[in-house]
Amino acid sequence: MKLKQLEGLLGSLDQFENPKIELEQYPTGPHIASRLLYTAENSFGDVEDKVVADFGCGCGTLGLAAALLGAEHVIGLDIDTESLEIASSNADDLDLVMDFVRCDIRNLKWRDRIVDTVVMNPPFGTRRKGADMDFLFVALKVASQAVYSLHKTTTRDHVKRTALRDYNAVSAEVLCELRFDVPQLYKFHKKKEVDVAVDLWRNDSDDDHEDDHDEEKSKVGEGAKDEDEDEGADMEELKKE
Amino acid sequence: MLSSNIKGVANGFPLLIEVEKVVEKQVDFNEDFLRNLFVKIEWKALVEASRTIGYTELPENAESSMLDSDEFLRKFHHALVELHLEEGALVCPESGRKFPVNKGIPNMLLHEDEV
Repeated sequence: MKLKQLEGLLGSLDQFENPKIELEQYPTGPHIASRLLYTAENSFGDVEDKVVADFGCGCGTLGLAAALLGAEHVIGLDIDTESLEIASSNADDLDLVMDFVRCDIRNLKWRDRIVDTVVMNPPFGTRRKGADMDFLFVALKVASQAVYSLHKTTTRDHVKRTALRDYNAVSAEVLCELRFDVPQLYKFHKKKEVDVAVDLWRNDSDDDHEDDHDEEKSKVGEGAKDEDEDEGADMEELKKE
Repeated sequence: MLSSNIKGVANGFPLLIEVEKVVEKQVDFNEDFLRNLFVKIEWKALVEASRTIGYTELPENAESSMLDSDEFLRKFHHALVELHLEEGALVCPESGRKFPVNKGIPNMLLHEDEV
């Protein structure tokens, strides 16, 4: 499937009817979603015939993009029933099979590493600090291959350090910098539309690692505390897109 | 593959199933995928789960040599990806806590005192 075609199909999906700010529900735009999955498949072969999980799937955009690119099995996880129902009807509209589970990602317990690849647009932690890192922590425990994730560019150094040092990622690379367009969704948004710079990350998961749950649990919630630390860091765009 | 995540529960797998309604979805057969997954899943748990929702064709024990049999693969495929619990519950084998399944979506959310 061509990138434009994928983007077009994703553009037809229904999005949040009543977005919930406490969950930082912002739709993942078709532009970003299509590029994330396209890169995962064409540069790394992490989608076709794989088991893919979409963490905090919302209306299912990333997971459905994975299904469109030939993922063998896709599971969408979210805490919000309304979103899951929209996601499920989006899957029906596209004639795709996708499983859904309602859960809190932080408490997710999975036996074995059945999931190959995790894709996610996590809450960036503007409401609850470190929410995105909590997602990343669990994703790296669940995935046998790779985790694709979006994080604010301002937290780049923190994400890299934490993934490698505390979450046992084998590698953590920024594939490209993207503009996340935030439409005027909530009342407190003063401007019509703003762009937020986000990084698309690929974290290589350590399949053989025996997790020491108790020791690592304490690391959850450390949060993006050194946000903004790397203002002025090299913003060079990588050419992987 | 999901296991009970309640605090203090040591053996939360496999979750038991309470059936109200099962649906069948037709899914394209993919042999490579089945081979891949075969080594990752717990066969006994799949056999039990399939039985509970009314599918009894899976053999009690399975080994990788059986993956050469097309008949076996078809049954495995059907049980694994085509049968869905639409309404019912998943039940923690240790605590008995029920996780309801509505419209095919299990609700694994915990109460505050279970985290």
